[in-house]
Amino acid sequence: MSGIPHDHYEPKSNGAKWLHRRLPVVGLIYDTLMIPTPKNLNWMWIWGIVLAFCLVMQIVTGIILVMHYTPHVDLAFASVEHIMRNVNGGWAIRYIHMNGASLFFIAVYLHIFRGLYYGSYKAPREVTWIIGMLIYLMMMGTAFMGYVLPWGQMSFWGATVITGLFGAIPFIGDAIQTWLLGGPAVDNATLNRFLSLHYLLPFVIAGLVVVHIWAFHHTGNNNPTGVEVRRTSRKEADADTLPFWPYFVIKDVFALAVVLVGFFAVVGFMPNFLGHPDNYIEANALATPAHIVPEWYFLPFYAILRAFDSEVWVVIAANWLTGGIVDAKFFGVIAMFGAIAVMAIVPWLDTSSVRSGRYRPMFKWWFALLVVDFMVLMWVGARPAEGIYPYIALIGSAYWFAYFLVILPLLGIFEKPLPQPATIEEDFKEHYGKSGSNGDNAATPAE
Amino acid sequence: MFRKLALTALTAVALAGSPALAAGEGGHVENIRFSFDGPFGTFDQNQLQRGLQVYTEVCSACHGLRYVPIRTLSDEDGPGIPPDQVRAYIEQNFIEVWDEDLRDYRAATPEDNFPENTAAGAPDLSMMAKARLGFHGPWGTGLNSLVNGIGGPEYIAALLSGYNGHDEEMAGTFLYGNDVFPGGLISMAPPLWEDGVEYNDGTAATIEQQAEDVAAFLMWAAEPQMMARKRMGFTAVILLILLSTLLYLTNKRLWAPVKRAAKES
Repeated sequence: MSGIPHDHYEPKSNGAKWLHRRLPVVGLIYDTLMIPTPKNLNWMWIWGIVLAFCLVMQIVTGIILVMHYTPHVDLAFASVEHIMRNVNGGWAIRYIHMNGASLFFIAVYLHIFRGLYYGSYKAPREVTWIIGMLIYLMMMGTAFMGYVLPWGQMSFWGATVITGLFGAIPFIGDAIQTWLLGGPAVDNATLNRFLSLHYLLPFVIAGLVVVHIWAFHHTGNNNPTGVEVRRTSRKEADADTLPFWPYFVIKDVFALAVVLVGFFAVVGFMPNFLGHPDNYIEANALATPAHIVPEWYFLPFYAILRAFDSEVWVVIAANWLTGGIVDAKFFGVIAMFGAIAVMAIVPWLDTSSVRSGRYRPMFKWWFALLVVDFMVLMWVGARPAEGIYPYIALIGSAYWFAYFLVILPLLGIFEKPLPQPATIEEDFKEHYGKSGSNGDNAATPAE
Repeated sequence: MFRKLALTALTAVALAGSPALAAGEGGHVENIRFSFDGPFGTFDQNQLQRGLQVYTEVCSACHGLRYVPIRTLSDEDGPGIPPDQVRAYIEQNFIEVWDEDLRDYRAATPEDNFPENTAAGAPDLSMMAKARLGFHGPWGTGLNSLVNGIGGPEYIAALLSGYNGHDEEMAGTFLYGNDVFPGGLISMAPPLWEDGVEYNDGTAATIEQQAEDVAAFLMWAAEPQMMARKRMGFTAVILLILLSTLLYLTNKRLWAPVKRAAKES
């Protein structure tokens, strides 16, 4: 794989040869684990392992939870309390699953922003990026439906609001919403299909993860310099890379253990901090909560959804141009999904020939602003839509789109990139040779 | 730069993810130093027993605890009331509970949950301490609940001792002025009175004392596994720190020749 010269599996015993001729599965595992990996990967390259771990953890804890959970509007809330109070260790499983979703999203956002900074989406890794975006979309769907299952107040009203988005589609919206809900409103049919899909989608994600890994194993990893591994000779390839096992497996597992220290501190000492108190009140179709707020990982996009109200000029213009078909609500929905879509097509929006943000002096600042923008949107998404907050949300949303649609295409033309190292080997030596192994840690390669 | 951004991202997760944001705006709630605060905090059995007494003698007239199994009153991590005393407690309070299967009343058993009580339209209290927020600040971020806890019991205690006498009659309903309840008017009459209960352990039953005791009891009712959870937290964190240390050393040793080669060439 990957066109980088490296060792391949050679069966030795007769039994191994017999199997290898019929099914080269050992060879596949060997090649996957021994893939030549750029030796200068820094600590931002550990989130993939964290994500893989999260997926397995969520599937395992989820399978146990579903053994005790009852998907019925009259019984779901009580069955979750049954898990918390009567099932042995049920509280631990549930709190791990609940906070596991948050860890999953922290990791995926860091993973995505790492890709955006180091240009991991650029040719030839566009397919890896697109598959990644599909995984991210599926994660959002899975998390959203999972949040409905405890049947608390926020479950119910979150489901009502989010499925209502589909109702905003002109002409066919109502029919789609009814089809999604299995009825005119969020009810037992909704709960049942959400459990079914919440159980199904993680396995679809697992399949996509295999394709995601396959894709970047074919192209080879990106790295902090964005300079490709030399493939011209075995000797040069060996100077740029190290096999994934053991060098990166041990490094990644170490990082995972550190991340899990934080995770279990949250689970053990403040498991409800990231949740919403209203979800400890059983769903009640007759009592709307004061503010309906999605989980933290949806907030930036929720802010974009709400930013485009009927007083924003682009919304008024769109409304007028389409003869009223695109109203403020539908515009918001387009904006929300559009915010993810522009991220998905970023390989074709970024015109710079330089891959890594490390060598792009102007890009660095715009990227930093994008990260700040993401935080601001997350904060404002949780604030009530009144006073100054809608304006902040609008400015934040505008910057999000401007970054992808205007700034990235123009930067490639106007920016003068800094000199890049000729090879990964050179970058690695530069770091460990002159500046010493404990210098600036902003881009410390694997230590 | 990326490292800093990553750290900022994590901070922001805590910042924006905090649950303070959507609860209705109530009055100011003071932090109370409960025995169960912080990673090392544990429930005070005497306080839980006093709180149970307040619940039984006052709150249970209108409120139920339908998700709390009565047997858990004997938990060592909870009120720790011996099983025979729990049976005596049942005989005193729950001789007649409705059994859906029998379609008749019968005496409760320790395996039953506390009965629900919807007579006065009052909310169930099983998870009340987790369903309310005490702290929203600063600037609505809810970050202070990282230090103070989410503030459910503080909210309950403040509400119970927050009556201010500015009562009003609205559309035929009498509402009581309360500093903490969102909107300032609550339909629950002031439930606690100076010496309204008589504590067996001789604690002076001021309104504040009763409010704190019942708030602590409701925290236990909402989170009966809290102490087991904290123990698990410590076990997991300590073992993972140990594992991290070993992996760090393994990693360092594994990479040492590679880095040395880079340095020497």
